[in-house]
Formats: sequence, C-alpha cells, structure tokens
Amino acid sequence: MFSYEFMRNAFAAGTIIAIICGIMGVFVIARNMSFLTHTLSEIGFSGAAFGVFAGWAPLNGMLLFTVVSSVIVGQLSARSERREAATSAISALFIGLGILFLSLANKNASYATSILFGSVIGISASDVQQMLWLSLLVLVVIFVIYRFLKFDSFDHTGARVKGLWTNVLSITFLVLLALSVSVAAQIVGSLLIFILLTLPAATAKYFAHTVGGMMLLAIALALFGVWSGLVFSYLTNYPVSFFIAAIEAIFYFIALGWQRLQTAG
Amino acid sequence: MESAPILKLEHLGVTFPNHPVFSDLNLTIRQGEVWSIIGKNGVGKTTLMRTILHQLRPTHGSITYLPSQSEVTIGYVPQFRNIDADYPLTIKDFVGLNLTGWKLPWLSAKERAKVEKILDQTGLRQLAKRPIGQASGGEKQKAYLAQALVEAPNLLILDESTASLDPVTKTELLDLVAELNQRLHLTVLFVTHDIPMAQKYTQQYLMLTPSGIEQGPIKNLTTEKVWEGENV
Repeated sequence: MFSYEFMRNAFAAGTIIAIICGIMGVFVIARNMSFLTHTLSEIGFSGAAFGVFAGWAPLNGMLLFTVVSSVIVGQLSARSERREAATSAISALFIGLGILFLSLANKNASYATSILFGSVIGISASDVQQMLWLSLLVLVVIFVIYRFLKFDSFDHTGARVKGLWTNVLSITFLVLLALSVSVAAQIVGSLLIFILLTLPAATAKYFAHTVGGMMLLAIALALFGVWSGLVFSYLTNYPVSFFIAAIEAIFYFIALGWQRLQTAG
Repeated sequence: MESAPILKLEHLGVTFPNHPVFSDLNLTIRQGEVWSIIGKNGVGKTTLMRTILHQLRPTHGSITYLPSQSEVTIGYVPQFRNIDADYPLTIKDFVGLNLTGWKLPWLSAKERAKVEKILDQTGLRQLAKRPIGQASGGEKQKAYLAQALVEAPNLLILDESTASLDPVTKTELLDLVAELNQRLHLTVLFVTHDIPMAQKYTQQYLMLTPSGIEQGPIKNLTTEKVWEGENV
C-alpha cells in the first residue's frame, strides 16, 4: 500500500488533518459550534467551486471563502439567539453559489463529487506541504491564545466578566476553524468535514477528565478513524469518507451508550 | 476608625436609548465593608455592577477606584452561568481558568499554588477533581466564588449568587463569604432580593427604586421600607 506515492501522501495529509481536527474539535464542541462548522464546510465547497471557476487551486478558493465568511458569520451571530438563523441563511446562500460556480466552470458532476466528498488519490506532495504550513499556523495561534480561548469556550460568562475580548477571540477562532476546514476538506471532502471536527471531540468529552485529556483522546480517535478509513478504502475501493464517517459515528454512539450506563449506574 | 475608601461613585448615571436606568448615584464604599444592593427586577442593579466592572460606560458622573484603578481588582460571581454537564472540566481546572496572566497554555508553579490556596480557603479541596458540570448547586456556587477569588481581588461582587440555593447551602456559602471578609479584609457587594440575608450578613445597603436611590446602615432597612420602595 505504501509503495504508492498517493497513499503515502494520503496518510501524511490524514495525520495532519486528524491532529488539527482533534484540537480544534474540542473548542468546536465546547462552543456549541457543530452547526456552524457544517456551514463552513458548505462554504468551503462553494469556495472550491469558485476556485475551479477562476482557474485557481480549489484549496485557495476554499481559503478565501471560508476565511471571509467566518468573519461575517462571527459578526452576524455574535448574539447567540440569532446564531442558528444567521448560519442557516449563510449556508443556503453559499450552497447556491457553489452550484452556480460549478455550472459556470462547466465541470461535470464527478468533479463536484470530488470536492464534496474528498479524493484520496488527488493529494500531491505539494498539497501535503501546504496543509502542513497551514496546520502549523493554526497550531501556533492556538498555542498563543490557548488560555483565553479555553476560558471563553468552557466558561463564556466568566471570560466576559474577566474583561477578555470575547468577540475578538470568537472571530479569531472562526478564522482558525475556516483554515482547518479548508485543510481537512482535501481528504474527507467539504460535505463531511464536520465529522472530523465534531465527532472525535464529542466522543472524547464523555471519557476524558480534563480538557487536555479530551484533546489527546480526540486526536487519537481522529487518527484512528482517518488511518483505518484509508486502509479500508484502499482494500475495498469504496470512498474513504464513508469509512471515516462510519468509524467516528460508531465511536460516538458507543460513548453515548457508555454515558447512559454511567448515569443509570 | 473608618477604613480607606476603595470605590467612589459620584453623580453616576446610566441611560440606555430612551430609557434612563438610574441617575445621580453617589456612593462611597470603604475597604472591608459589606454592602447589599437591593431593588426589584429591572431597576438597574446588574447595570450598576456592569458599570463598576468597566463593562458599561456611564452616561454621567464618574467612578473612582482608590488608591488607583490598577490597585483595585474585582472578583465577580455572576447570576447565571452556562456550564455543560458533560464538560471534562474539574473544579480545580475551572478555578484556574481565571488566571490569564501567564501566557503559556499550562499553569505556572506560582499559579498552581494560588489555585491550591483558594481551594483550601473555600473548602473545595475534597472536590477538586469533580467535574464542574456534575457538582451540586452549592458546590458550583463555591467553585464560582473560588474562581472569582483566585486572583486575590480586594472587591468581591456576588450577583444574586444564593438565589437558587436551599437554606442550609445558602447559609454555608454566606458564612464562608463572611469569614473571607474578616480574614482577608475583603470588600463585598451582595446584589440580592433576600432582605433577611442582607440584614444578617451586610453592614450597609443601597436600594435602587424607580423613584430614587436610598442608602444607609443596614439596621435602618426594614421590610416595610423595601415594600414601599418597590411599590412606587
């Protein structure tokens, strides 16, 4: 399997993605942003379609659209009571734009499918390198703002009372999330991106005892899902996204069952 | 002998668009005093606290922190908190969240010592490893208090913190605050509707009513006066 360059690239990219998603996912779950993550992934699809239309690499189109829209979403949903409605409106608009750009670019349905669901064989060594740099950027920023982000994510009221710039933190986090979405979309596709950004962390929440532990477990679960997904996909020739989605969902349901048992006990 | 003032509000007023919340509020709070801030819902108690916490800019008047703004640190225990029951955040971690001075992700040795000290002072030592989401109402309030105190503030504001507690837990928490006030010479502001509590645990009161502001020693506060003020 590793004699093929595309598989080596896929494993390298998958490892980077799993680490980033494990870390970012903890904050996505703590900040109740699963739906917003889903929306960003749709915006990523639209950005990729725009990239194709404009003759750019899809990743660059994704980066442009997700970063700009994350700031807009952050501004529109500063008040939590209107977050869902604002997110739905933006989601609908961007899916429409994605379809329009694909149509204008005269690409066929299989091209749209590869943007939506990812493509293992499409990852080159230079893609891996670009992912690595973007991921390092995300990690460095998270390292610098970790304390403030942790405070704001796990105790928003306390952080606000403390006088932390919660709006600035929120927008910074959304931009980091946009970068993570663009990175991860390369392998699992934009439509299923929220699997890796939500399910491993949502599962880890039930087993970990500290935020650091939750982060490590989320990374481990994401790595297991991505690596196993790649192996199964290689062996069966079925889409890698399906296997990753199935594995992470199974872990999540096990966690829910375990939690229920704990509560009953 | 009177202790030194820590906070002076002079002719303070806050007006929201087309809606004056309160105006011409004059108040001097001295070090080590315990005040109750009372008044019916919507009269501006939380707005006043937010103004003291620099979250709102006053429309009129001024707030002076003494001896200087940088020397007055404020711990605030808010009325509502949204903590997910499943968060893997222990009480000890939760208390440490308020330490944001050190820029690395982990707590420094000095910060860990601060957390340990406040866990001891608030009687949370045995519960340090319990997830905050699974703590009882009283334990949570103690954890909120410990978080507010971890930076060793000289002014503590409790915004209706005991409203949802049973009488025994409430007394336990209030006794703890009274003890900390004595031991640390901590200045305390209780925002409350609980008049018997105010009469037992505080020395001064500030009552906000739609018709004006009244203040004085707590012994002058009678239930009739509160009814009168609230029904204006």
